[in-house]
Amino acid sequence: MTKIKLADSKVTELKQVCAKFDNQKNELINILHGAQELFGYLPAEVQEIIAQQLSVDVAHVYGVVTFYSFFSMSPKGEHPISVCMGTACYVRGAEKVLDEFKRILNVKIGETTPDGKFSVSSLRCVGACGLAPVVTVGSKVYGRVTIEEVQQIINEYQ
Amino acid sequence: MAKFKNHILVCAGTGCRASEGEEIVQELKTAVSQNQLENEVQVVRTGCFGFCEKGPIVKMIPDNTFYTQVKTADAKEIVEEHIIKGRQVQRLLYENPEDATRISDSKHMNFYKKQIRIALRNCGFINPENINEYVARDGYTALGKVITEMTPEDCIDIIKQSGLRGRGGGGFPTGLKWEITNKVESAEKYVVCNADEGDPGAFMDRSILEGDPHSVLEAMAICGYCIEASVGLIYIRAEYPLAIQRLKIAIEQARDLGVIGDNIFGTEFSFDVEIRYGAGAFVCGEETSLIQSMEGLRGEPTVKPPFPSVKGYMGKPTNVNNVETFANVPVIINKGAAWFASIGTEKSKGTKVFALAGKINNVGLIEVPMGTTLREVIFDIGGGIKDGRKFKSVQTGGPSGGCLTEKHLDVPIDYDNLLESGSMMGSGGMIVMDEDDCMVSVAKFYLDFTVEESCGKCAPCRIGNKRLYEILDKITKGKAQFEDLDNLRNLANVIKDTSLCGLGQTSPNPVLSTMDNFPEEYLAHVHQGKCPAKQCKALKEYVINAETCVGCTLCSRVCPVNAITGDKKQPHLINAQLCIKCGACFAKCKFGAISIQ
Ligand SMILES: Cc1cc2nc3c(=O)[nH]c(=O)nc-3n(C[C@H](O)[C@H](O)[C@H](O)COP(=O)(O)O)c2cc1C
Ligand code: SF4
Ligand code: SF4
Repeated sequence: MTKIKLADSKVTELKQVCAKFDNQKNELINILHGAQELFGYLPAEVQEIIAQQLSVDVAHVYGVVTFYSFFSMSPKGEHPISVCMGTACYVRGAEKVLDEFKRILNVKIGETTPDGKFSVSSLRCVGACGLAPVVTVGSKVYGRVTIEEVQQIINEYQ
Repeated sequence: MAKFKNHILVCAGTGCRASEGEEIVQELKTAVSQNQLENEVQVVRTGCFGFCEKGPIVKMIPDNTFYTQVKTADAKEIVEEHIIKGRQVQRLLYENPEDATRISDSKHMNFYKKQIRIALRNCGFINPENINEYVARDGYTALGKVITEMTPEDCIDIIKQSGLRGRGGGGFPTGLKWEITNKVESAEKYVVCNADEGDPGAFMDRSILEGDPHSVLEAMAICGYCIEASVGLIYIRAEYPLAIQRLKIAIEQARDLGVIGDNIFGTEFSFDVEIRYGAGAFVCGEETSLIQSMEGLRGEPTVKPPFPSVKGYMGKPTNVNNVETFANVPVIINKGAAWFASIGTEKSKGTKVFALAGKINNVGLIEVPMGTTLREVIFDIGGGIKDGRKFKSVQTGGPSGGCLTEKHLDVPIDYDNLLESGSMMGSGGMIVMDEDDCMVSVAKFYLDFTVEESCGKCAPCRIGNKRLYEILDKITKGKAQFEDLDNLRNLANVIKDTSLCGLGQTSPNPVLSTMDNFPEEYLAHVHQGKCPAKQCKALKEYVINAETCVGCTLCSRVCPVNAITGDKKQPHLINAQLCIKCGACFAKCKFGAISIQ
């Protein structure tokens, strides 16, 4: 992993997040939510600062970060694409839609395109099963997506 | 709701919002003000009506007209025709699929006829962001009655007599759980609401929290009184932003009104509620793992006993119940245990909410009395299989459940019957599949989920499920031997018997139930290298029949990898080497010239 330098102002903000929860180690998950909101993801440097503030091992923080799929250690694309792979979407052809996104953008699940524009991930049930298969790009929801529409959706953001 | 003559209720659940719900609200408001009707007509955002297939839904009060698949552009017409001229907008009324007549009142639709709404009683009727509307429908009267007129034991007795069982999957008697937690001596106890809802394809709990958050808060306070706890915690998935927002609003309004907080209704009883967030781990729905997660740790389950009722959050007695379980409680107090116990079957009382989805005409959220048959749910309420296809299987219980078939259609749904049939109630996901679904692939889909979600604490689940997945993968690729089928079954049974928590103990169910109910399908994959449903990529090939192909070129234009060649008006040809088997050409050809072999 390459080292990145966090801006001082961001570090201060991060410490404020920890302080808001009294630097309590049983608030770690809430703190991580706050930190991810701040940085968009949780790079090693962020985890180190949190560990320091809460007086726990970095390994403990890392263990929690990697356990939960909501936390990510790599930055998402500018337009994060998520294909719902809940059962309802799966039986209505979500896998083929996901394959098509991966093929066109030439990335694997969880990866970001080299230009940083798109990342592709799968998620479990957004709860819009009536619209299956469902794709979300950022906060926009696309329903009843067909393979042919995949290219059109990508074009909207190019 | 008194001062307005008309109310326009718009579904603002996640499903409808995804398809323009919010824009419709705005357009309706604009149309109302353009016609100077602000003092007579109120536009209200409500929770989910349940009929997601036909969403976005707009309901007119007082005459109960139920408009379906409303578009932003329809808003003006609804206001000007319906409200001003008093004429229903015919084209937006639900069309009865049986005789193409239009139905305006939802209670006459097949989708709603067999439903009884207890847990969902307020969803779609009230504005969830206004506590007064909840109060106007008997909200918080149950809490008042319990804490001013009853002892904890009286109240626990009512819940016990009602026969209410946990809706989170296990079906443990709720009154008994409260009694156990009540009897453990401790100065500090907790009430936890499990809103983790991890089953992919289930959205019952989310809809309740989005549509009627106060019913859960009220019940948590009642539970707090019964077990002598003063703190309630709601553990909710971070993936449910709307539900979280509505809960926050509800908690604040409840505090302002004094129905939670210190000295509720002037009594000695104090109770407050906090929210805790999940972070995307299915296993955290399991109660011991959930407690670990609330303490800021990795969500790994712990050995039971001790049960949370004895030693839970922070080592203190903790009563964990599911969202839907809680949502039933205030009604039981208000209407009585005997009323509730009169609904349902001998051992499963009341109703159950299901998220009906998959290859079915009426996708949506339904609530039916226990004892309703699968056939009634799928064919009467669900309106049968999409596109006139044939029913093949219905999956209940999510990753812990099984796939049931034709022969189970007349089984009355309750906890015990579903278990006996090789599936389980689970939290209420119900996915319908048709003849195009490959059951081996479905089992593989669930195992993929389990492998990803296993916490890794115990070997049978961590390693065993991965091996199960690999064998299933081999089968779907046509590379399996007969002995693989034996291995599959043996391994599945070992995992079931030796895993530490409920996740591993139930994860082989999708495999075992499909092996039991669709043995011929497994055999076809292994023996003949064929996928009867023509789903498994490795076992199929798309070919164009030169005799029926008219050379319209449609297929070659949709093919994403340019695998199809052929001149205009000449038969086309698929290059099997290039083809990625996406099926786009198959779906596009109007002449049925493309087939799967
Ligand atoms: C793997 C696994 C996942 C679970 N997920 C949930 C869930 O998402 N929601 C839920 O309420 N219960 C879930 N449960 C059941 C809980 O452990 C617990 O039994 C339940 O919350 C108790 O509430 P109830 O008695 O009201 O159902 C899960 C259990 C297991 C083994
Ligand atoms: S059964 Fe699976 S999820 Fe449960 S404790 Fe074992 S490894 Fe973890
Ligand atoms: S299945 Fe897809 S990739 Fe194969 S020929 Fe048809 S359109 Fe092209």
